[in-house]
Amino acid sequence: MDPRAFLRTAPEPTLPPPPGATGFFALWRARLFADATTGVLTVLGLALIVWAAPILFRFLILDAVWTAPDGKACAAPGAGACWAYVWRKFPFFMYGSYPVEHRWRVDVTLLAGAALIVWLLWRGAPRKGLAAFLFFAVYPVAAFFLLRGAEFLGLPVVSTDLWGGVLVTLIMALAGIVFSLPFGVLLALGRRSRLPVVRAFSVGFIEIMRGVPMITVLFMANLMLPLFVPPALSPDRLLRPLVGVALFASAYMAEVIRGGLQAMPKGQFEGAMALGLTYPQRMRLVILPQVLTIVIPGIVNTFIGLFKDTTLVAIVGIFDFLRTVETARLDPEWAGPTIATTGYVFAALFYFVFCFGMSRYSLGVETSLQKGRTR
Amino acid sequence: MATIAGAPPKVRPWNDPFWRGLAYQVALAVVVGVLIVGAILNARANMQARGIPTGFGFWDDPARFDINQTLIPYSATSPNSRVFWVGLLNTLVVAGVGLVFATMLGFALGVARLSRNWLIAKIATVYIEAVRNVPLLVQLLFWYNAVLKPLPNPRQSIALFDLAFLNNRGLFLPAPVPKEGFVALPLALGLGVALAAAFAWWARLRQRETGAQAPVGAVSAALIVGLPVAAHILAGAPLAFDMPQLKGFNFAGGFRLTPELVALTVGLVTYTAAFIAEIVRAGVMSVPKGQHEAAAALGLRAAPIRKLVTMPQAMRVIIPPLINQYLNLTKNSTLAVAIGYPDLFNVFAGTVLNNTGAAVQIMFMTMGVYLAFSLATSAIMNAYNARMALKER
Amino acid sequence: MTKRAALAAFAALGLSVSSAAAGPTIDAVKKRGQLVCGVNPGVAGFGLPDDKGQYTGFDVDFCRAIAAAVFNDPTKVRYVALSAKDRFTALQSGEIDVLSRNTTWTQSREVGQGFLFGAVTYYDGQGFMVRKKLNVGSALELSGASVCVQQGTTTELNLADYFRSHDMKYEPVVFATADEGIKSYDTGRCDAFTSDMSQLYAERTKLGQPDDHVILPEVISKEPLGPVVRQGDDQWFNLVKWTHYAMVTAEELGVTQKNVDDKLKAPNPETKRLLGTEGNFGEGLGLTADWAYRIVKHVGNYGEIFEKNLGEGSRLKIKRGINALWTKNGLQYAPPIR
Repeated sequence: MDPRAFLRTAPEPTLPPPPGATGFFALWRARLFADATTGVLTVLGLALIVWAAPILFRFLILDAVWTAPDGKACAAPGAGACWAYVWRKFPFFMYGSYPVEHRWRVDVTLLAGAALIVWLLWRGAPRKGLAAFLFFAVYPVAAFFLLRGAEFLGLPVVSTDLWGGVLVTLIMALAGIVFSLPFGVLLALGRRSRLPVVRAFSVGFIEIMRGVPMITVLFMANLMLPLFVPPALSPDRLLRPLVGVALFASAYMAEVIRGGLQAMPKGQFEGAMALGLTYPQRMRLVILPQVLTIVIPGIVNTFIGLFKDTTLVAIVGIFDFLRTVETARLDPEWAGPTIATTGYVFAALFYFVFCFGMSRYSLGVETSLQKGRTR
Repeated sequence: MATIAGAPPKVRPWNDPFWRGLAYQVALAVVVGVLIVGAILNARANMQARGIPTGFGFWDDPARFDINQTLIPYSATSPNSRVFWVGLLNTLVVAGVGLVFATMLGFALGVARLSRNWLIAKIATVYIEAVRNVPLLVQLLFWYNAVLKPLPNPRQSIALFDLAFLNNRGLFLPAPVPKEGFVALPLALGLGVALAAAFAWWARLRQRETGAQAPVGAVSAALIVGLPVAAHILAGAPLAFDMPQLKGFNFAGGFRLTPELVALTVGLVTYTAAFIAEIVRAGVMSVPKGQHEAAAALGLRAAPIRKLVTMPQAMRVIIPPLINQYLNLTKNSTLAVAIGYPDLFNVFAGTVLNNTGAAVQIMFMTMGVYLAFSLATSAIMNAYNARMALKER
Repeated sequence: MTKRAALAAFAALGLSVSSAAAGPTIDAVKKRGQLVCGVNPGVAGFGLPDDKGQYTGFDVDFCRAIAAAVFNDPTKVRYVALSAKDRFTALQSGEIDVLSRNTTWTQSREVGQGFLFGAVTYYDGQGFMVRKKLNVGSALELSGASVCVQQGTTTELNLADYFRSHDMKYEPVVFATADEGIKSYDTGRCDAFTSDMSQLYAERTKLGQPDDHVILPEVISKEPLGPVVRQGDDQWFNLVKWTHYAMVTAEELGVTQKNVDDKLKAPNPETKRLLGTEGNFGEGLGLTADWAYRIVKHVGNYGEIFEKNLGEGSRLKIKRGINALWTKNGLQYAPPIR
């Protein structure tokens, strides 16, 4: 007998895991009832869901009034969310008082804006430079003439007093991003500049803007901008909060971009300098392309904040989306106990869809950037 | 420039970084200066032309309007300066209460989101994502207009054990009324705190020397709660409660929180808590896994690991953004204006500004207050960062 | 170079302001081809957009009257809806030419804030509305009540005065707009809603059950409402003032929108002066001789616009009361045109 007979020539087959450690039930037991405390918490959580879910389901779907000619059905006792009201007021929510026969202009503007944004944000899309040029330079001008109208184009002028709803909310957000990104880059570079006056100015602007609540900036813009310019140049009522939003967003954008600048390895600056590039060339060709890529998540997050903050313009009397919801709520035709809730649920859904979508996008970018870094 | 042979060739001033930098700076200073001076000149001319008051004459004029929540004595005959302080205190109340509750809820949610319990983690995640992605103003309006206003009227209040009453006029709670001998209570409380601190100090010393642990938490709680209760009984119940009672239009007596205050606090707390939860999660996740594993290898159980190993390290990461959230909460309290809570911005930069027309002065004062909050926050943060910087060998 | 040009421009802007301020408003209006009028965003009867978004109401008709006088076309008006808080800054900043938005004439608004009130188009007073089931018969029984009120109005100040002078306690609940205030009153946040009487009647029609609410008899303040202009342009001030007086005079003389063309041939010298067939009283206002004819033709006389917007022709059914002509025991009295 071979003395080495006790040695195995083939590995022992792997034993199955002990009974009750795998499979559907084990997985959920580990997830929900690992020990006494988690068990109690699970029961409490389940109780919460069992309590809340039917209420929400009944209010939002089962008892909801889906179609109705006026508010009578919604005012009936026991009625849930009044979606009929949202449906009826939908054009008002979208366009405010923008003349009905010209609303296609709004649609065209918003669709073009959406297309450009997709082009810009879709990583891997070709000719980003062209997209950026169109979005930051051509689009604002074209949108202005299309929305406001111009006699030489044959489009009648629509006074900004009539603009409202989602249109104004998106204008606020888009103008905020179009203006705040370039201005934020300048402020961030200024803050890291060697020149003391430039630095002091940038730091002062950024810190003051970030130190005060946005609503005070909007009030400043609304009440005091007309005082600071000659009466002949008194800005439009819609333009004033737009300026406020843009300046406010720039300060936050500058800090995001500064973070990116600080994350750039020193060698990049030195390498570019060694090539004999001038300061504008160094920034434009070497530093900023890298910085702007790594701060995309930060920019998107700032934009989410900006988008949510545009609701504050409602307080200074601009008919943004939230204000149209607020105004519609007061319509005596649709008086009812659930109207307010319905309006707010709809508004919340609208903002949630936008913000959540953007935050998912920013997470995606972050993950893929991380991949490139870990190698 | 010297002209010694072998020195670098003479640089034209417009190519010299020094002169060029100077030129840029002078240009910027001139542009900004002209803008500011122009704005001031315009503002002065415009204000004169339109008869807007300049100067601070309005400060001592009577305010002439009433405010429904005042922490310091105030009436319609009080000067506008009093409105400023009333508003500032109301802002501080909402911010103070808000940040305490937001911290508690935020930490609970942050820990819940990391919980090993799948259900709890998912509930926390849904809450955080839902709340973070909806504007605060929408939430405030929802709480105020959709939740609090439809509550029943005072005659049909929702009563909790006949102690607290909730109706569309607010939340009514029993108000503590000190009586004779009340002074014993704060004394007992002070004594309790002092004794608890002494016990904790002793326990620490002993643990350092012998390794034996003492039940510091239980003893402290007993001292801090027990002593005042004992004093209360011994001193013959010097603390009575004024119960809210239905009288005339409304409840009288007791302690009242207006629906505006409740809505603003609830809105700010639920909103800020979602952000704090994310900060807490990031903080906990920033602690290297090895720390947890090493502590587990030492035989520590889950709770002590969290208390002694993970959290102290996580707090280093958590605290700076947490303080930032406190500042955000204070700044967001200006949204009070949308639901009529009389905070600084609403009554001072709103009503007083409207009654006096002194827009420039009032706006700059209001912004100054918030800027001061922000500077104080930065100072605290810098001090904290300096103290907490890793002390490496 | 461009920088320097910009600099020079800014410097010039800074220095040229004093001369740019307060040009004759009428010229600016004519050049623009449009009157810019600040109105109430939502008080039935005074200023309210109808289903098509067109503004209607008593104050709005006043704007139309001015436009009729200037352009012979009452539609050449751009309306700017203004909240109580915004209205004065909008007028101060020159954003609007005239504010016709149920604004109370007070001393401090003229002396302190640099405005002028053209005339009293509506004599109003502040009152209270309460629920019938509270069984309150007088405002003096409101001690301890919560009162909904609009922020930044004389209403808010009068409310404080009234309760203080009667030594009563109350809780003010302030809202940025009247609509929000009335909505909050309706949901029960307040026991009473206070505003100008005319507005109380207007708001009551919007409540779910108008008959469940009563308007208390006390009138706690004088609220003369009228159009407001900036100080410093007397011609424009006169134009606004006499637009109102022309409408009152027209009512007094029995000139209505319907019969105004017939009245052109009337022998009465007063009517002739009003309608411009004798003398040229429009010239001093920067208008044509038939300025008042245009107003009556396009908009109507005072009584007509009152009845159409506030009186029997409307849902509000407000009685003329003290707003009747002086010949009918009211206060509306126009100085003669001569």
